[in-house]
This record gives sequence, structure tokens and C-alpha cells, in this order.
Amino acid sequence: MSQIPALVRVFAYLSLLTVGGGMAAFPELKTLTVDVHKWLTFPQLIHLYSVGQMAPGPNMMMIVSIGDWAGGTLGAVAVLIAFFGPTALLAFAVARLWKRLKKWQWRTSIQQGLAPVSIGLLLAGCLSMAKGAIFGVETAAIAAAVLLTLLQCNINPALLVLSGAVLGALSFMPK
Amino acid sequence: MSETAALYLAPTKALEDATPARVSIGQIFLEFLTIGTTSFGGVVPYLRGSLVTKRQWIDDEEFVEMLSISQSLPGLNATNMAILVGDKLRGVYGAIAAILGVCLPSAIYMYIVGIYYRIHGDHDWVTAALKGVAAAAVGLILFTVIGLSKKSLNQRFDLVFVALTVVAVNGLHWSVPRTLIAVGLLAILWHRPTKEKLGRATP
Repeated sequence: MSQIPALVRVFAYLSLLTVGGGMAAFPELKTLTVDVHKWLTFPQLIHLYSVGQMAPGPNMMMIVSIGDWAGGTLGAVAVLIAFFGPTALLAFAVARLWKRLKKWQWRTSIQQGLAPVSIGLLLAGCLSMAKGAIFGVETAAIAAAVLLTLLQCNINPALLVLSGAVLGALSFMPK
Repeated sequence: MSETAALYLAPTKALEDATPARVSIGQIFLEFLTIGTTSFGGVVPYLRGSLVTKRQWIDDEEFVEMLSISQSLPGLNATNMAILVGDKLRGVYGAIAAILGVCLPSAIYMYIVGIYYRIHGDHDWVTAALKGVAAAAVGLILFTVIGLSKKSLNQRFDLVFVALTVVAVNGLHWSVPRTLIAVGLLAILWHRPTKEKLGRATP
């Protein structure tokens, strides 16, 4: 129970960092949930995030699992509201304002300027995650295979993540 | 009552936004619930298929515009798009219906997965499979990064800002807000409005 205020604080803060995508918040998600509050371990965080990629809907729903672990069902609901509430309000307000600013010269500048930064944040998040997820020839090969397949053919990414599970089971099952 | 009388009695607001047929809150919720349940592998293509192609609630141009706003704001594309489209169709209540619809299925799914993983996560075969899943997820994020770069970077010089951001977060261990403000301001100033650009921007 006592974890709920901390959960709300952490996830409301994290939600404001997800510029460009959920991955942008990953470095800080790791610091706060793993190192500071010790709600879960780094491998567990990576596993939950990755399993979340096989789910439909918004791709950061693994936060619900963290909320449940740290604060039970109430924790899960609190995290859900804390993570999606503030950005929903912001999107609502800014989108209405944005339409009125159609003629404002800086509007395009802001959009063009934030694009490379948000891409950089996604890449930074990806690298933080890779530190825990890529540790040898097999995992590097799986990541490269997924990337190349997606670049070459039009296939549903969830299927490739599922194939990753099969390849992982085959390569890492203790004999 | 004659048709003209009805027209006069109708609130001016309704006349202003000339949406062909008024979409109900229930319809919005159900459509986004369907997207939330079926959008395996990424929400954006499903949003387009459903909202633009199938329902024709918004046109393609509006979709791209809304998506670019969604990407510049904090928040996930899926939920920001739900808010923007819901608001456009039915205001505040439309936005609430849309975000609830798109979030509920996966929230319930990950709640169950979380419980299952806590109980069975340390089984040998689960750990082994998850190592593969995590590696595959890294490949998927890299693909997203490449796709976004092709779509939304319009100058080669933008790669400098991408690199600066990565170095700030991973190398200097700056917090995301600090990086966002420092590199973001620099990049916005680089893209500042100029006379030449204004000429090009106005169609």
C-alpha cells in the first residue's frame, strides 16, 4: 500500500518523458524502478518490456505489471492513471492550441527541431535496453535478423518477436 | 417544423464543424476497443486502416497531421492519437471514450501476464524464451528508429542532433528532461523560421 504514492510520482514523471515513443523514457524507467525503488530487477524489466511488444495496444503497458508487483491491483490501476492521465490532458490541451497556432512561424521549427531529438531519445533507450538484452552471438544474431527482416519484408513485428521466443528457447534451454 | 426552422434552431456549433454524420460516443469506444484488441505489432497502421479507410472519420491528410503532433508531444502515439481523434469527433467525452477503448484490452492483458510471469518467470524455458524475445525487441526498436528517421528527418544535419541526444543520455548520463531542453532548444533554434523557409512553408 505504502508504495502507491511513489508509484504515482514515478510514473506520472516518466509519462512526460515519452516524447516520440515509450522507449524514450526507458533509461529513466530503469533508474527509477530498478535502482532507486527496487520494484523489480533489470532482467525482469527487459523481459516485461519485451513481452509487452507482443501485446496489442499502446506498447508500454508493461507498466501495469510493475504497478501490480509493487502495489497490488490498486497499484496497477494507480500506475495506469498516473502514466496515461497527464499526457492525455497535455495532448488534449496542446492539440487544441496547436490548431490555433497554424500560422505561427515557430510551429514548424518546433516540430522539425523535436523530430531528431525524439529519435535520439528512442535510440538512447534502445541502447540502454541492449546493454541488458544483447550479451553474445545468439542474442546479437536474433536482433540483427529481426531488423533485417523488417527492413526487407512487410511482416507483422509481433510475429518476429514471437519467433524470437522460439529461437531463445532453442538457444538458451539448459541441455 | 419546416427544415429551415430546424436549421435556425440548431446550435451554430453544429453547423461549424461539418462532420458528415455525428459519431456516437459508443461507436468511438467500440472502434478504439477493437483497435486496442487487435493491433498486434504496432498501433499506427491499425489506426489508419480503421479511422481513415474503414470508418472515414478523418481523411489521410488529417491523420498525418495528427500523427506528427502526437509524435512531438509526450505520451505514446496510440494514446495521443486516441485523444486527438476522439476530441475531433465528440470533444472531451469522445477523447475519454477513445483512450479508454485503446488502453483497456492491453492493460488487462499485461496485468495477467505480469502475474503469470511473477509465478513462472524463473522456469528454465521461460527465461530462455524471454532472452530471445528481448533480443528481438531490440531489433524491432532499431527498425522503428530507422523508419522514423527516414520519415521525419528532412536534413542530413539532423543526424547531429540525434547523435548529441544519444551521447547526452548514454554517455554523459544526463536525465531525459535536461537532454530534451538542451538539445531540443538547440535543434529548434537551428530550424528557426527564416524568410526563405516561410516562402517554402506556405503552400
